[in-house]
Amino acid sequence: MSAEPLLEVNDLSVRFETDEGPLQAVDRVSFALAPREVLGIVGESGCGKSVTCMSLVRLLPETARVSGSVVFDGVDLLALGMRRLQRVRGRQISYIFQEPMTSLNPVFTVGDQIGEVLRRHLGLSRRAARRRVVELLELVRIPAPKRRVDEFPHQLSGGMRQRVMIAMALACDPKVLIADEPTTALDVTIQAGILDLMREVREELGTAIILVTHNLGVVADIADRVIVMYAGRKVEEAASEELFAAPQHPYTVGLLGAIPRPGERRERLEEIPGRVPAVAAPLQRCVFADRCRYSDEVTLTQIPELRPVRPGHLVACFHPESERVAAA
Amino acid sequence: MSVVAQDVEAPLAVGRNRRFRLLRKRFLRRPMAVAGLVVVLGFVIMAIFAPLLAPYSAGHTDFNAVLAHPSSKHLLGTDDLGHDVLSRLIWGARASMLVGVLSTVLAMVVAVPIGMLAGYYRGWLDTVVARMTDVLLAFPFLILAVGLAAILGPSLMNATLALGIGTVPVFIRIARGETLALREEDYVPAAVLNGANDATIIFRHILPNMTNTLLVQATLTIPAAIVGEAILSFLGLGVQPPASSWGTMLQEAEPYLTQAPRLAVYPGLAIVFAALAFNVLGDGLRDILDPRTTR
Repeated sequence: MSAEPLLEVNDLSVRFETDEGPLQAVDRVSFALAPREVLGIVGESGCGKSVTCMSLVRLLPETARVSGSVVFDGVDLLALGMRRLQRVRGRQISYIFQEPMTSLNPVFTVGDQIGEVLRRHLGLSRRAARRRVVELLELVRIPAPKRRVDEFPHQLSGGMRQRVMIAMALACDPKVLIADEPTTALDVTIQAGILDLMREVREELGTAIILVTHNLGVVADIADRVIVMYAGRKVEEAASEELFAAPQHPYTVGLLGAIPRPGERRERLEEIPGRVPAVAAPLQRCVFADRCRYSDEVTLTQIPELRPVRPGHLVACFHPESERVAAA
Repeated sequence: MSVVAQDVEAPLAVGRNRRFRLLRKRFLRRPMAVAGLVVVLGFVIMAIFAPLLAPYSAGHTDFNAVLAHPSSKHLLGTDDLGHDVLSRLIWGARASMLVGVLSTVLAMVVAVPIGMLAGYYRGWLDTVVARMTDVLLAFPFLILAVGLAAILGPSLMNATLALGIGTVPVFIRIARGETLALREEDYVPAAVLNGANDATIIFRHILPNMTNTLLVQATLTIPAAIVGEAILSFLGLGVQPPASSWGTMLQEAEPYLTQAPRLAVYPGLAIVFAALAFNVLGDGLRDILDPRTTR
C-alpha cells in the first residue's frame, strides 16, 4: 500500500458558527488513502467522523468553515468549482449513507434512480442505462434484478435498499467509495451481507473505501487501516491488526475494553467515564485529558502531537500504552 | 462475482402497474369520491361536446316562447329573452370548466416555480416571496379577484386571469412549504453526492414528490374558481352576453326571481353540483394518495 495515495487530506479543520457559539467539529486532521485500501474511521457519536467525510465531498451546510486541503487526482476538492465538483461526485468519489430507508426517492423506480446517475455521468441512453442497471443489481446480489429494476423503493426491504444504494454508488465505477455507517440501520445478519459485499467490491473492482463506523467489530472485519477520532482530532492511526493487538491511546484502549467478549464473564463492561466534549475552539491541551486516568500537568497544558510509536502506528498521546508498560 | 439470482422475466413497469391497481382499488372503495368523479366527468363531457349536446345555440332566441315553462321543445323552459335554458346551461358548463381549470393551471404555472425557488434557496428571495404571499393572502380571494377583473375589464379571459392571480399565493405557499420539507429528505444529499445539480434536484427529486399535494389542492381551487367565475359574471365582470355562463344566467334570472324562480335554480344547482363534485373528488384523492392510508 505504499503506492501514490489516491486521496490525501491535509490539516482538515471544520468549524461551525452556531447560535450557541462556535463549534470546532474537526481539528487539523490529515490522512491518506491508497488505491484499493479500506480505511476505517472510528469514534463515538459526535467525534467528527461523519463531518470529516462530508467535508471531503463538500456536503456541509454553508455555516461550516472548512480549511485545509483534500487532494484527489492532483486537484484540491475544497477549491474546485461547482461544475467540476459535480463531475467528481458520484463519478469518481461515491457516498453511501447510513439511512437506506429514506435515501431513495420514493416516486422513482430503482432502475430510474440508478439510471439517472449513469445517464448524467456517462451519457448512456435510456436503454443502455437500463441494461447496465440490471448488471449492477446483479453485482450487488439482488435476486431477480430484471424484476427489481422496475420496483419502487417501498417494495424493497432495508437490506435490499442499501444494496441498491451501493449499486448506485458503484454505477460509474468510482475510485473512492465513502460509506458513512452503511450498516448501522440494518439487522446484524443483513450487516454481515453488506460487509461481504463491500469486501467483494474492493477485491473485484479495486475501489478504495473509507468506512465510517462506531462499530469496532465492523472495522476489525474489513479495514486495512484504522483511524481513531476523538473530539474532532485524530488520536491514533495504525494498521488494523496492530491497533487491535497493541492499542496505544488510552481512548482506544477504553473503546476496546467496552466491547463484550463471549466467554468472558464480567459484572459490567468497562466504560470510559464522561462524554465527548463539544469543543468551541482548538484546545491548548490534550482533548481527552479530563476523561483520561493518566492525565497530569503535561496533558493539561500542551497539545499532544501525532508521533510514531512504531512504523506506521501514529498516536497523539503523552503516555501511550507501550511507553507506560516500558517505564513500569 | 457469481450470479446467485435466477432472473424472472417480467413485463416492463410491473411496479407502476401494481401501484396503479392499488390506488384504483382504494378509490373504488370510496363511493363519495367515485360519485364526485362521475359528476366531474359529466360536466367535462358537457363542456367539450356542448355543440353536439345542446339543442340550441347559446344565443338562439325563441320569441314564441318567452319565460316558457318546461316542455318537450324546451326541456327546462326558456328565459325572458326566449333562450333555451338547457342549452344555456350546457354552453355555460364550457365557460365554468374553462375558467375553473385554466385559472388553476395558470396559478400553478406561475406559483409553483416561485414557491419552489424560494423554498429551495431560502435567503432574501424566500423572505420577499413569503411576505408578499402573506400580504396577498390577507385579501379575501373574491375581493382580490373582483378588483383585478374590474381593472382588467370584463371578459371571460380577464375573469380567468383575475381568478388565476387570486389563486397564485395559495400555490406559492404550498410549493414553498413542500419544498422546505422535501429538501431535508435524505435522498436530496444522496442525489447531490451522485453529481446532481440544483435543477435536477428541484425538478426531478422535489417536484414529483409534491404532485399529490398539488393535485389535491387543484381540486379545491377549481370549484373556488367556478364559484368565482359565477360571481364575477353575476357582477357583469365575466362572460358577456349573448355568450352564456352559470353566473350570467343567475344575473339574468334575478329580476324574475318571483315570476320564474326556476331560472335561478337550474344554474344555481349546476354550480353547487360542480363545486361539490370537485371537492368530494379532492377529498377522495387526498385519502388514497396519503401513504399512511391502509385501505
